[in-house]
Amino acid sequence: MKKNTKQAIAFNLFRLISIIIIGILFLILYFIIIRGIKVVNWEFLTTMPKDGMKGGGILPAIVGTMCLIAGSMIFAFPVGVLSGIYLNEYLKESKLKKFMRLMTNNLAGVPSIVFGLFGMALFVNKLGFGDSIIAGSLTLGLMVLPVIIRTTEEALKSVDDSLRFGSFALGASKIQTIRRILVPTAFPNILTGMILSISRVSGETAPILFTVAAYFLPKLPTSIFDQVMALPYNLYVLVTSGTDIEATRPMAYGTAFVLVVMVLILNLTASFMRNYFTNKNK
Amino acid sequence: MYILETRNLNFFYGDYEALKNINFRVETNTVTALIGPSGCGKSTFIRLFNRMNDLIDNTRIIGEVFIEGKNIYLKDTKIDELRKKVGMVFQKPNPFPMSIYENVAYGLRVNGETNKHTIEESVISSLMQAALWDEVKDNLKKSAIGLSGGQQQRLCIARALAVKPSILCMDEPASALDPISTSKIEDLIIDLKKKYTIIIVTHNMQQAARVSDFTAFFYLGELIEYDVTNKIFTNPKEVRTQNYVTGRFG
Repeated sequence: MKKNTKQAIAFNLFRLISIIIIGILFLILYFIIIRGIKVVNWEFLTTMPKDGMKGGGILPAIVGTMCLIAGSMIFAFPVGVLSGIYLNEYLKESKLKKFMRLMTNNLAGVPSIVFGLFGMALFVNKLGFGDSIIAGSLTLGLMVLPVIIRTTEEALKSVDDSLRFGSFALGASKIQTIRRILVPTAFPNILTGMILSISRVSGETAPILFTVAAYFLPKLPTSIFDQVMALPYNLYVLVTSGTDIEATRPMAYGTAFVLVVMVLILNLTASFMRNYFTNKNK
Repeated sequence: MYILETRNLNFFYGDYEALKNINFRVETNTVTALIGPSGCGKSTFIRLFNRMNDLIDNTRIIGEVFIEGKNIYLKDTKIDELRKKVGMVFQKPNPFPMSIYENVAYGLRVNGETNKHTIEESVISSLMQAALWDEVKDNLKKSAIGLSGGQQQRLCIARALAVKPSILCMDEPASALDPISTSKIEDLIIDLKKKYTIIIVTHNMQQAARVSDFTAFFYLGELIEYDVTNKIFTNPKEVRTQNYVTGRFG
């Protein structure tokens, strides 16, 4: 076969695969939007559920998920970024470093339900937080920690060494170089880790199952020690365990729609931030 | 007194001896060119003067390096003070991803200067000394990444000058630049000699001949010959030097 023919076949194959992947994404979105849009209105977004979740809104679940995203990021972002900085800038290549990398990767591979169980054992029971926003946030935070650590490490690794040398050559210390040159330069890529984490945190059900999520709680939280409803768990409840599943089905699609749109908005916001910082560096 | 002097200097990467028993000294307000084939140790040598080699793992130094009469490898050496005194310009222009102004101000800020007026004055005078002021004076807030390669390199020189060094080490500062930018850098080096002592690593024989007062020829980690530039290029003592400068090997 001619070289060009081979290339054409391969090229079209790649194109086909890409189209299929994008197609699947759009199919999911279409499915959710078509069924969800009918229920989503102002009332749905801003009121408490009523009539055994057959009516009313999902405000507490929206607020709950927001709280969990914020809480987990407040914990995981600084800890993850600082760990990433330590791994890449301070720790020399050694057995310890290899071990830490391996463990970070293993942590990323732990099933989310195991994180849930661990969170229940440590935060809910041992530390006595009870089912609460703080217990759920910490559990979710632990789950996404490896993602943030790895992306921070990779982001710092991609900063050219010549910038490090340039900074040191002017008499800057290591910490000054990290704070003023490396982190600002790597920041757009570090944000990528945060974007991925937010998507995971907002969508995971298993880690919040035993640590924070309420089956039905038609009021807003007033402290971090309150239980909350959350969108993914609410979706699960609406689909599987309502008293009248057929009647709650539309509510489920509405919830899914809200969840998808929320993640989309958060991702777009983070992407804009990333572009803003990238341009600032140019 | 010599502004820079090395005595019986040996340097190792692991077991590999990169520099062998180098005795070398430099007079104030001169330009000294270090020449030699790739891997001969000249870049390693220049990096010892502000202890940039500290950043590389598994290296070892035996011997002494004196800057203004002080052995800089003693325990009580303040590295940040040393690096202010011995500025460095690298082969590839490495401006920081920030504004032109902030690039030059960086060295002052990290060394604790907070007075806005002092910083501004220093930024302006450094850019003027680096012959970049006229080209960038209206765009100081713009990012340094947008400058041309030659401008970036002059910015890096300005950045190094801002912390008021007495010695400026340049590691092939023009090798990544076009001929016009190169000649600007060369003019600049000759001009800067009035105020600074300059040591420049170069692969370009014409460049060494044009800008330097003294030339040192390195080969396989040894300082083969060190003399007035004119002598190295017209009447060297060593055959190896002769072969190298006439292009017979290297």
